[in-house]
Amino acid sequence: MNEQIQYKLTILAESAKYDVSCSSSGTTRKHRPGMTGSAEGWGICHSFTEDGRCVSLLKIMLSNNCIYDCAYCVNRRSNDIRRATLAVNELIELTLEFYRRNYIEGLFLSSGILRNADYTMERMVRVIKELRVIHRYNGYIHMKSIPGASRELVNEAGLYADRLSVNIEISKDENLRMLAPEKNHQSIFKPMFYIQQGVLASADERKRFRYAPRFAPAGQSTQMIVGATGESDKDILRLSTALYQRPSMKRVYYSGYIPVNTNDPRLPALKQVPLVRENRLYQADWLMRFYGFRADEIVDDASPNLDLEIDPKLAWALRHAEAFPVDLQKADPALILRVPGIGLKSAQLIVASRRHGHITVQTLAKMGVVMKKARYFITCRELPLLTVNELHPDEVRRALTEKKPSRKAADPNQLSILFPE
Amino acid sequence: MIVFRYDKTFEGLLTALFDAYSRREFPDRLLTTDEPLPLFADRAHTVVTDAARSARAWTGLEKKLTQPVCAMLMHVWLSELPASDELLFRYMCKAINAPASIATDFADPDVLAVKQIAAKVSKERERLIQFVRFQKTACELYFAPVSPIYNALPLAVPHFADRFAGQQWLIYDVKRQYGYYYDMQTAIEVTLDNNEHLLGGSLDQTLMAADETLFQSLWKDYTRSLTIRERLNPKLQRQHMPRRFWRFLPEKN
Ligand code: SF4
Repeated sequence: MNEQIQYKLTILAESAKYDVSCSSSGTTRKHRPGMTGSAEGWGICHSFTEDGRCVSLLKIMLSNNCIYDCAYCVNRRSNDIRRATLAVNELIELTLEFYRRNYIEGLFLSSGILRNADYTMERMVRVIKELRVIHRYNGYIHMKSIPGASRELVNEAGLYADRLSVNIEISKDENLRMLAPEKNHQSIFKPMFYIQQGVLASADERKRFRYAPRFAPAGQSTQMIVGATGESDKDILRLSTALYQRPSMKRVYYSGYIPVNTNDPRLPALKQVPLVRENRLYQADWLMRFYGFRADEIVDDASPNLDLEIDPKLAWALRHAEAFPVDLQKADPALILRVPGIGLKSAQLIVASRRHGHITVQTLAKMGVVMKKARYFITCRELPLLTVNELHPDEVRRALTEKKPSRKAADPNQLSILFPE
Repeated sequence: MIVFRYDKTFEGLLTALFDAYSRREFPDRLLTTDEPLPLFADRAHTVVTDAARSARAWTGLEKKLTQPVCAMLMHVWLSELPASDELLFRYMCKAINAPASIATDFADPDVLAVKQIAAKVSKERERLIQFVRFQKTACELYFAPVSPIYNALPLAVPHFADRFAGQQWLIYDVKRQYGYYYDMQTAIEVTLDNNEHLLGGSLDQTLMAADETLFQSLWKDYTRSLTIRERLNPKLQRQHMPRRFWRFLPEKN
């Protein structure tokens, strides 16, 4: 451990940073005697980088050498960048030393493709196997499966990793082939399918034998790049919905395209990373997973892209004024969740406390309801009846998007909620 | 106005609750034993903290309240916020007097306040779990100084005892001047006599393990390399990782 490792660490972290997932959630595992560490279901962030992203895992590449040439990637073979490869024992020592100091929840290992998919995958599996078997490491492991890797290696990885992932990157096959000539959707969906089978088979075995080995207990995740190709939000969200219907798929991440290879004619010349669009996609994803929205309620043929000015829940409410106002005292909880300004927590509080009596405007504000928004969509004894129906959706929209001249102009690049976990 | 005076311990508070019911006299204010009586105090009772009576009061509450609610009361106590003892006292009386559970009656300001303060303390516990940074000493002890706004360290100890069961550690609250030492068996509360040199945040070089500085700087380099310059958002960083934790973070020093 010396300057050499410092050099490698910085290069390989630089190369790994564009993978947005850093979540360590999904597995809860108590400490076991003689082993190092545990796993917490809630995905602890141990630090935040200056871009505001959570650092939960040691996110690093085994090597940033790559024989492929994906247009959207810094590590593609045609780029002239510094290259490095970590030795297996170096990577293990870094993981354990960081872990014992409470810097990280575990390891997130990916790699550029050396020689071929299986050769690379084998070296990655060796790292996580040694961590588990020789070093008795009991913390979290996320490993990226290499597109095109064989079923045997995916199966072995699943025995040691908590989560496996294969990134789709581009949601339309023809666009992926255009940007990444060595890849196609099939080479990605195959390992995804192996993972799914592994997870299901192990769940089944564990029903019969309590101590049957677990297979990627935190399931799998994937990532899509947004804004590098022409897909609409509808295309993206439709694919997400299909993915979430698969039994082991836990998270789809969206990554606003960062122009890393600016002179490639296949890529758009973006002045700015599409952060607002990325944030809207996360909000839409959130609505689908927790608020009972379907993708086709959020975007459809008439409006295939998310409204950048307002969030997708408010957008839905303004398109569906007929569903409002909602009587918080009586309404179905599912409907309360659809009120702009009411989140999961405040909806729970409302439903729990309304049995005890009348809910006032003051209590709503204390429960965390954003009254500025919610007032147009609810009935409440103390509020004048001025809902989205008495006014007009357009007027409500104007009232809610109006910039207050007195406040300092907010920097559109500095969103306050990115990457909800 | 009726005033109770007690020693500002949780046991004392429970004894006060016991006394109130046995005397059928309920305080409007709770003061410490050495605070002067307010002008309008009609009656003052001085509570003598008593293990048996406080235990009976707690058992009584445990019968009336669910386990998560009892844990919430403990969290509120550890908030150390002014008047949080009076809030707890009112809450406990309401819970005892009400025919049905009050736990979800969030239209009651005390019920909502208890839940919200407990949530803040619980958040602080979470932040300790996130931002504790151990420094390894030459004698293989992992040491971490902390300075939480609420007294949340005792709530975080079980997590560390589980996760770092295989190493000796000491987490020390430099603000409250006490901590927990874990000897690979149990975590015990400790107070260090000679602790001036620990209060700064970083261990003295002479006490550190040989490779400690290396790993601290590797970690710092790592978090820096991970930053995407095109997306800088320091406000978001501070929102998730408040500045008050920075002095103990190697990546920020
Ligand atoms: S295979 Fe992976 S590392 Fe290699 S160029 Fe493509 S995206 Fe980058």
